[in-house]
Amino acid sequence: MTLPRVRRRHWLYIPLVLMALFYVIPVYIMLITGFKSFAEVDLQTMWRLPQGIHFDNFRAAFSQLAPHLWNSVRLVVPAAILSSILGSLNGFVLARWKFPGADVIFPFLLFGMFIPYQSILIPLVQFMRSINLYGGVWGLVLTHVIYGIPITTLTFRNYYASVPKELIESARIDGATMMQTYRRILLPLSLPSFVVVLIWQFTAAWNDFLFAVVLSSPENWPITVALNNMAGSQIIAWNVQMAGAFIAAIPTLLVYIFLGRYFLRGLMAGALKG
Amino acid sequence: MRNKTLQLLLIGLLLALAACGGGETTAPEGAAAPPAATANQVEVFSWWTGGGEAAGLDAMIAVFKEKYPEITFVNAAVAGGAGTNARAVLATRLQAGDAPDSWQGHAGQELIGTYVAAGQLEPVNFLFEQNGWIEVMPETLIPLISQDGNIYSVPVNIHRANVMWYSPTILAENGIQPPQSMDEWFAAMDALQAGGMAAPLAMGEQWTALHLFETVLLASLGPDKYNDVWEGDLDWGSPEVKTALEAFAKVLTYTNSDAAALSWQDAAQLVVNGSSAFNVMGDWAEGYFREIGFEPNIGYGWVPTPGTGGTFQFLSDSFVLPVGAPHRDAAIAWLTVAGSREGQDAFNPVKGSIPARSDGDRALYGEYLLSAMDDWANDIVVGSLTHGVVANDSWKSEIDTAMGLFLINGNVDAFQQALVAACVASGPCQ
Amino acid sequence: MRYKTEQLQGFALVAPSILAVLIFVYGFIGWSMRVSLSQWKGLLPDYTWVGLQNYLNLFKDPRFHIDIRNTVIFTLLFVGGSLVLGLLLAILLDQGLRGEGFFRSLYMFPLAISFIVTGVVWRWLMNPAQGARLSGLNLIFDSLGLDFLISKWHTTPQWGIAFIAIPAIWQMSGYTMALYLGGLRAIPDSLREAARVDGASELQIYRRIIFPLLSPITLSAMIILGHISLKVFDLIIAVAGKQLPLDVPAIYMWTTTFDGNFYGRGAAIGILLLLSVAVLVVPYLRYNIKQEAEL
Repeated sequence: MTLPRVRRRHWLYIPLVLMALFYVIPVYIMLITGFKSFAEVDLQTMWRLPQGIHFDNFRAAFSQLAPHLWNSVRLVVPAAILSSILGSLNGFVLARWKFPGADVIFPFLLFGMFIPYQSILIPLVQFMRSINLYGGVWGLVLTHVIYGIPITTLTFRNYYASVPKELIESARIDGATMMQTYRRILLPLSLPSFVVVLIWQFTAAWNDFLFAVVLSSPENWPITVALNNMAGSQIIAWNVQMAGAFIAAIPTLLVYIFLGRYFLRGLMAGALKG
Repeated sequence: MRNKTLQLLLIGLLLALAACGGGETTAPEGAAAPPAATANQVEVFSWWTGGGEAAGLDAMIAVFKEKYPEITFVNAAVAGGAGTNARAVLATRLQAGDAPDSWQGHAGQELIGTYVAAGQLEPVNFLFEQNGWIEVMPETLIPLISQDGNIYSVPVNIHRANVMWYSPTILAENGIQPPQSMDEWFAAMDALQAGGMAAPLAMGEQWTALHLFETVLLASLGPDKYNDVWEGDLDWGSPEVKTALEAFAKVLTYTNSDAAALSWQDAAQLVVNGSSAFNVMGDWAEGYFREIGFEPNIGYGWVPTPGTGGTFQFLSDSFVLPVGAPHRDAAIAWLTVAGSREGQDAFNPVKGSIPARSDGDRALYGEYLLSAMDDWANDIVVGSLTHGVVANDSWKSEIDTAMGLFLINGNVDAFQQALVAACVASGPCQ
Repeated sequence: MRYKTEQLQGFALVAPSILAVLIFVYGFIGWSMRVSLSQWKGLLPDYTWVGLQNYLNLFKDPRFHIDIRNTVIFTLLFVGGSLVLGLLLAILLDQGLRGEGFFRSLYMFPLAISFIVTGVVWRWLMNPAQGARLSGLNLIFDSLGLDFLISKWHTTPQWGIAFIAIPAIWQMSGYTMALYLGGLRAIPDSLREAARVDGASELQIYRRIIFPLLSPITLSAMIILGHISLKVFDLIIAVAGKQLPLDVPAIYMWTTTFDGNFYGRGAAIGILLLLSVAVLVVPYLRYNIKQEAEL
């Protein structure tokens, strides 16, 4: 790659830093509001640093959110893992172990990604109730796994479509069964794709509010519902809300900070390209 | 083939075991929980999740626990301004035949037009009779929460909608008396604008405009005609209504241009921090003012919305008895506490409202609330639109859309036509 | 013989997903369609057939007209803005600067946050108060002397919806950036070198070689972002609550169903929303399948 001239290099930092400001400013507001006392919370003074750091907001937010943090984990981990596995198996079959009609099945599955979820809330609740999964975490897990099928299948299928057919062919000629082919050839190659899908599903399930509020009972509410409840219905304590929002965002932020590199690599390797 | 199935089952099983290790709590019905826990609990649905509301609810729950220690209280509150999320969740549950044991709702058409019409509420006349509530709750209230003689909810509190909060300092500085009539009000606001105050009347997002509208409608029509439009006895297309709409259009000219970006608290705050002189909002604002450190008649003052003196435009939070409540006796126990003196006196001072009962302990209530209790006892009582007394959900939602369009285009005739159509589609008009 | 068994195995592996989607997607959509053709209003299901009445009413509904206009404006700006910003950032980061990794992670972190939280914070940033009560970004602009940038943001009459694209772009441009970065990295240097040797300027290289090679990415990003945009709900509610100037179909659907109990009308809006997404997505899927067939 041609090395740019030194002068040009430094000039480029200006837009980068300006953009960085754009991305960081909202977080700054979130944090300083989270540290203010209720009386200080005022649109007029929103930019001012808090007078004294009030950890009480974070403490209060955490005590309200803590039990639901665990619910979120119980929901998101199985949901992400199960839907990744399912997506991988589906992607494998639809890309490299096709049966007649596989090319019709793929768009058939994919279409599910596009429905507006509000419009299916009522039959969803009725169905969950009829199979006795309403109210608990497993109903939510099932919901996220099923509605995650389209995007996970899409990701893996596109990813596997770049695996040369010859690799699969030679394995089959050597007598490998379907699962053996999957395990020996595709699985080892799948890491970037798994990372992307796991992170994407983790984030989607963690941040979901709609399904959570409708399908789970109070003791099983994930953190998104608890966070929304902190808003109260009439008087909103913004300082506690912002503190709570920050706390609720920490797990996904951590995932992006530590695994972000791999997520990026996976994305750049062609996963989630659609 | 077997290989694959086994593998998949194994994976699934492992995951299930791993996740279940965390101590799964199961849904209330059809669960493997010990019989005692599910047999005696009451699941109560509300949207009281923060601030004074949640605190008030907790206080009432404490009274409940004292009286009925053997019943577990399950607090199923879901937040989302004035219950929009809670109502969606409730709707989906009711569709699925999974009613909670009780839920909070605004007394009046919001409950009756929706849930009674669908046959989902049991009349609670027996509770009123057994506990002597008919004697202690105002006469004018009972018909508004009944249909065909059946009472459908237990009101816990009363809030007033037609209150105007003002800044004593600003009025004093400008030599203005708190206005009693709309003309005085316009004169005062004209004077303030002339003196450099761009927006003498603070307003917030769309629903607060609807709230402002209902008080101006009351002021312009007077209590009798106001009741008439809601009962279909006065045509929404009439000249009286048009006058009211024009008055409202004029009121809007005194409001802040960034109203759409403000919550009701942000708008109320403008009064106590000196940016605006007036704000029309229900009396939950009073609790807010005190919470941010202002004192009655020093930091803020109040009068009925100009033109509505002597009329109490009310709304009431109440609890209901669903048909098919899973734990009916526990639900009845809860309702008994909700309608009791101890329950209401525990709830209301904290929440910032007055009890629906007239025998509340006056010592527990602050300055504003005492004045509200007196007005409640003496004024003519009419119902609020925004808070579910006079119009059912469908009707109110159509009116709200009409209001939204009016705020955009300012077209009084179109607004009036939309109101006529709304009444025909969802109200008692023909 | 073995081939057939293998095909059967493949089908069996995918079968549970097919069944699940059949119920949870197509079955539920079918229910929704049935309701949209009914007069259901109120809590009791009422499947009385009224044909296309709900749809016809919507086409005459001034609120729905606002919805459509808002959706079009928002979609164009959000998708366009995310693509352009993502591409620009990717190009900047592709220059081999130091600290690239740090900036990359920074631009991507908004993806981790839920739309609700984003909406709440941007609600404050986009506060439209003027004069003595300046707040939010307007206040910053004022103190920097950039008065011409002060605006009413999302409360601007007629065009407020355009400003809602800003937090949406903030949230999602990290995703397009990552896609484009991958695409840029996949373009062999030799291609660029050859063009430079032939005397092409950097700009020409970008326009004639690089952008065309990135077009598959642009297409798929447009589809993903497009369908998110058509269904937008959380973000607008968090920023602006339920107010008519910023109404979109998803919000209308929610409020008319759960606040107004107009189940028939709500379902009709849902089906129309679905159709609008289908119009966007189905041609793309067909194009994709044709591509696959060639692989």
